[in-house]
Amino acid sequence: MTSIDNKGAGAVVTEIAAVIVDNKAYLSEIDGKIGDGDHGVNMAKGFARAAERLDPEGTLTDALELLSDVLMSEIGGSMGPLYGMTFSDMAESLGDAEKIDAANFAAMIRAGLEGVQDIGSAKVGDKTLLDAFVPAVDAFDAAITGGKSFAEALDAMKAAAAEGRDSTVDMVARVGRSSRLGERSRGVLDAGATSCAMILAGFAESIGKRLT
Amino acid sequence: MQRFLNNPDAIVDETVAGFVRAHSDLVRLDPENNRVVVSQFAPKEGRVGIVTGGGSGHEPAFIGYTGKNMVDAVAVGELFSSPTAKSFHDSIRAANGGAGVAVLYGNYAGDNMNVKMAAKMAKKDGIEVATVVANDDVCSAPADEREKRRGVAGEILMWKIGGARAALGGSLAEVIAAAQKAIDSCRSVGVGLGPCTLPAVGHPNFQIEPGKMEMGIGHHGEPGTRVEDLRTADEIADDMTKIVLDDHDLPEGTEVAVLISGLGATPVNELYVLYDRVAQQIEARGLKVYRALVGNYFTSLEMVGASLTIMALDDELKELLDMETACPGF
Repeated sequence: MTSIDNKGAGAVVTEIAAVIVDNKAYLSEIDGKIGDGDHGVNMAKGFARAAERLDPEGTLTDALELLSDVLMSEIGGSMGPLYGMTFSDMAESLGDAEKIDAANFAAMIRAGLEGVQDIGSAKVGDKTLLDAFVPAVDAFDAAITGGKSFAEALDAMKAAAAEGRDSTVDMVARVGRSSRLGERSRGVLDAGATSCAMILAGFAESIGKRLT
Repeated sequence: MQRFLNNPDAIVDETVAGFVRAHSDLVRLDPENNRVVVSQFAPKEGRVGIVTGGGSGHEPAFIGYTGKNMVDAVAVGELFSSPTAKSFHDSIRAANGGAGVAVLYGNYAGDNMNVKMAAKMAKKDGIEVATVVANDDVCSAPADEREKRRGVAGEILMWKIGGARAALGGSLAEVIAAAQKAIDSCRSVGVGLGPCTLPAVGHPNFQIEPGKMEMGIGHHGEPGTRVEDLRTADEIADDMTKIVLDDHDLPEGTEVAVLISGLGATPVNELYVLYDRVAQQIEARGLKVYRALVGNYFTSLEMVGASLTIMALDDELKELLDMETACPGF
């Protein structure tokens, strides 16, 4: 198959939320090394609340919009607006499409990336979620341009996100709370890049398995 | 460390509930958003509204400065985490008396984003919003990158001055100018002797080894500029005063307000030990203390330590500082 129905893909967000909730302690532990150690707590709280309220039988568009609302209106912090804008712009991009295929998925993740870039001030290399997000979106586009299938492009996106996440180990944080650490922020993963890679892997796996 | 806890995830709601119950003569909860604390005196028709907000765990900041001639509405975040854009938006709405709203807050990534989004939302409601971002923490960035510095206890003086100007009928532009002048006149430094713990995380979010101290520490344990052996109170007071005044460059004879705040777990008597020396150092530099505030004004959960803020005054700032205020924290 080359596409999935938008209706029923609300479950994709449910599945992503389960991954975030399972990794609550891990994300907080990474964050605690150079941040204030609450990333997992806040992410798990937001994603779990959204998962409780969303309709898995509904559209991915509606599920993303609901997730965005919860993050922006109930979670706050830095991650609330950053991920909130991401998912809101993704939902807006997908709109009332009946099918999710490679083309509108590419546009959706690109819109999400631009949403987070618009509200935040980070660039690639600053040790933030962008270090996972940017290469992942680029890898998806490159795979499609290179003639790969939707499923193959999702795998390429997931791999690039993981690689981008791992690249943050050697970086010095330049924005956000951990930037105050300077050189002392080197040597550990960035919590935002880690959660972002989890979310993108979640999209790849949940959509990928429905394509087969 | 043993703590008073029911459910770590509910601690902010329980804090706010107790706060509004205790101080119902001065504050109330917004009817639509339980993360918004509103002054009993707000909104005032035709007056500029004053809004602030920030993470919890700094009590009496931020909620404690809600009241008469001070802050009109406060957005409340999780512990050490910015309030939502929605809560800032609801605070702006609650403080709006039709003459615009000044959001006076501290320079942190989350607060910057959430205030920016809230201001956009309020604009759609037809409310004019302007902001001042506090950046008084000297050690958080060099002087030539002042825009990167964090806001700390100087925010209290910024609210006091902005709130007084609004109470006197100042326009939004005049309130913003006064608040900006207030924070530009403030320099602060923090010193940490022991870490603090978010209850939901369960372990300290940074370490200070026994016998050590961290000069320049931030309000959430952001690293300072020096980790060194713990010294005497006088030596620490000298160091703090020097850091603040070297960044300030005040002409001899300048009158100043001095604010020493505990960070949560330091006994108040030790703050007076620090103050005694700080005041002597200030006078030795040819400056004059016009007003002193010593106590737990802006804390960081149970961090052991203190912050020093020195604000340079002129006639306008003195008049606004002296204006009558009624709020739980002041």
